[in-house]
Amino acid sequence: MTDAPVLEMRHIRKTFPGVVALDDVDFELRRGEVHILLGENGAGKSTLMKILSGAYQKSAGQIIFDDAEVEIKNPKHAQTLGISTIYQEFNLIPHLSVGENIFLGREPARMPGLIDQRAIFQAATRALNDLGLTLDPRRLVKELRVAEQQMVEVAKALSLDARILIMDEPTAALTEHEIGELFTTIRKLKEKGVSIVYISHRMEELFEIGDRVTVLRDGRTVGTYDVRGMSKSELIRLMVNRELTELFPKERVTRGAEVLRVEGLSTKDGLKDISFSLHKGEVLGISGLLGAGRTELARAIFGLDKITSGTIYINGERRRINSPRAAINSGIGFLTEDRKSQGLVLPLSVKENLCLPSVDKFSSWGVMDSGKEERAADGYVKELRIKTPNLNQKVVFLSGGNQQKVVLSKWLCCEAEVFIFDEPTRGVDVGAKTEIYQLMNRLTAAGVAIIMISSEMLEVLGMSDRVLVMRAGSIACEFNDGEATQERILQCALGE
Amino acid sequence: MRSRGIILRGNFLSHYGRQLGTLSGLLGLVVVLWALTPHFLTVSNLLNVAEQATIIAIVAVGMTFVIITAGIDLSVGSVLAFAGVVMASLLHAGLPLPLALAAGLGTGLLCGVVNGLLITVGRLPPFIATLGMMSVARGSALMFTEGRPISGFPESFRSLATGDVMGIPVPVVIMLVVYAIAHFVLRRTKLGRYTYAIGGNEEAALLSGINVKLYKTMVYGLAGMLSGLAAILLTARLNSAQPIAGMNYELDAIAATVIGGTSLLGGEGTVVGTLIGALIMAVLRNGLNLLGVSSFIQQVVIGSVIIAAVLIDMWLKRRGK
Repeated sequence: MTDAPVLEMRHIRKTFPGVVALDDVDFELRRGEVHILLGENGAGKSTLMKILSGAYQKSAGQIIFDDAEVEIKNPKHAQTLGISTIYQEFNLIPHLSVGENIFLGREPARMPGLIDQRAIFQAATRALNDLGLTLDPRRLVKELRVAEQQMVEVAKALSLDARILIMDEPTAALTEHEIGELFTTIRKLKEKGVSIVYISHRMEELFEIGDRVTVLRDGRTVGTYDVRGMSKSELIRLMVNRELTELFPKERVTRGAEVLRVEGLSTKDGLKDISFSLHKGEVLGISGLLGAGRTELARAIFGLDKITSGTIYINGERRRINSPRAAINSGIGFLTEDRKSQGLVLPLSVKENLCLPSVDKFSSWGVMDSGKEERAADGYVKELRIKTPNLNQKVVFLSGGNQQKVVLSKWLCCEAEVFIFDEPTRGVDVGAKTEIYQLMNRLTAAGVAIIMISSEMLEVLGMSDRVLVMRAGSIACEFNDGEATQERILQCALGE
Repeated sequence: MRSRGIILRGNFLSHYGRQLGTLSGLLGLVVVLWALTPHFLTVSNLLNVAEQATIIAIVAVGMTFVIITAGIDLSVGSVLAFAGVVMASLLHAGLPLPLALAAGLGTGLLCGVVNGLLITVGRLPPFIATLGMMSVARGSALMFTEGRPISGFPESFRSLATGDVMGIPVPVVIMLVVYAIAHFVLRRTKLGRYTYAIGGNEEAALLSGINVKLYKTMVYGLAGMLSGLAAILLTARLNSAQPIAGMNYELDAIAATVIGGTSLLGGEGTVVGTLIGALIMAVLRNGLNLLGVSSFIQQVVIGSVIIAAVLIDMWLKRRGK
């Protein structure tokens, strides 16, 4: 790694109608470094990277690449310069093979219009081997794991002679093991002299993979620092400009009566003989690797997957839960991992979304009582401080944090006693995370019981009263308060 | 109450802003035709236009519901023909009028429910299920009548088309009632709310405890039943039930719905828009006839209007963002 910068962005300013998104931002990237871009949601990380990748045009400032000033006109232009981006949502075509994806749009041809398949696969194998990967270039992308798809993206960028690689939340959908593999690849890229801009909300990763870090706050640069010598709390302070004495503001609530008991639950979707109980005011953390059956467990309890054997008791009473309706009627609410695709009906309003599972409360003989509905919705909007101009605003126009609150209100409105949170803070910035944790505290204080499925180890440790670790569709370990540590959970999840 | 005022304003703009645009399109069209031909803006001609619009307009109500759920119903025209001949033959067989009418509606409903079950239980794409039903219903109508129309009905039945209420033709009155009810259902009832929710995000609807299969089946059933109603009015007007009736009505109904601002992607749309859409098509046909434009050119014009309406709508939406 040399200290000479490959890229400098100086005094970058970007305005949108009515908003200054970036104001005098400086960013410098050295050859072969992993440069972390850190900041809360809305701090301007994405905007800055969109300018670098040509998706946005800067309003003012200079970009100096290889000692020459450049105007990056569009994403294609950025690619020709050697700047590639790997977005959270991959730009791969599922029904094409790995090789065809890598060379999409620039297929080697023997005659015009006639693709040379063999050349594609040979070149793809070379590109993959280069990264130390042993992926068969003939496999279809849709058959690959998320992590493997990501590697295809990396190989594609590299075959485009990328010298700068922007990775936006690359580990969001990966398991611990896959993250390790990704980091190995990143180190290989560094050796080749590729510079990496790495955007992530996960603090632990930053210390593991990062060389330098630039912190953005409210569209301005706070500073650029060497990762070595920084502490987590110092970085958080720089990001939010307030001391977060505790990342996890967990408040203990005296455990109440049992609300949910699951006995010997099995499903066709891979759950095997699951038993556990849940008490009022308790947060039960569920940990485990991706594919261990955590989401499947939530789906089964919520009546989405067919239960083949086992029983569910609510408040000591045996319930047959065979549909989401039955689960809702039993007092269960499910906050899915993906708000946009599963939690909300985006073209509908705040009010309509909020009242969707409890429409029966607001209607008689199928006719809605709009007054009653509006009063209820208004109550939750005020209570949870949902920022919306009015109740009829379409939820698609709300920010991520406010959308999350609408989903939460949905289940509050149904008077759910058991809340299942699936990855409650994935893709959410530090400030909003704390707010979600505080909402959890308020729920437990009100006697609600929470099942929290999470891949973030610290979150599980910080917020749970008890922790269940799943492995291969079964519960592998249970840790009571204070017994769980990162190592013990991981050992159990891996089955060591 | 101040907050209520804010609520209503948000409501009005988000729900009817789009319709104001379509409505001004309709009014613009009326003004142009009025300038071009004096015969256009007469009471008798306008009533004529309204009557011409009724059949497609009623079928288009069902289509709007279906399209809001992000579905499509290609069978409405064939179902109309089948329901018409079933009802007509029962009338000829001497069944009392109310029972025959109920049979007409029931036949439509049944076809629609079968569509719904094929889509929800059979998990067929709506396009395929209703494409199949389109052929099955048409074939059934032809088999049932051996390809011949059934004609000549009692005056009591025909008055459904020939009668009037305070000068307004009965079919127009029925159409307006259907629209009023449909508007109420979409805006104010559980069925309406669920229709939008299913089209807007079927998975979120399912996870909110909505019985998606039941409500989707109901929506297709409704579309079928409205085809049955349209069959009754068409048979009464023509004094004849024809197995080849309703050809291409599905396309006209889709066009009216789309011109009216309902998105084929589902989750949004209004019947008010659809009514305006159906009227635009009827006014256009009528005006072009009055101007003596050949029916060949008419098809070109109508097709262009559909494309232009959707292009403008998409353009406005993109600008709105």
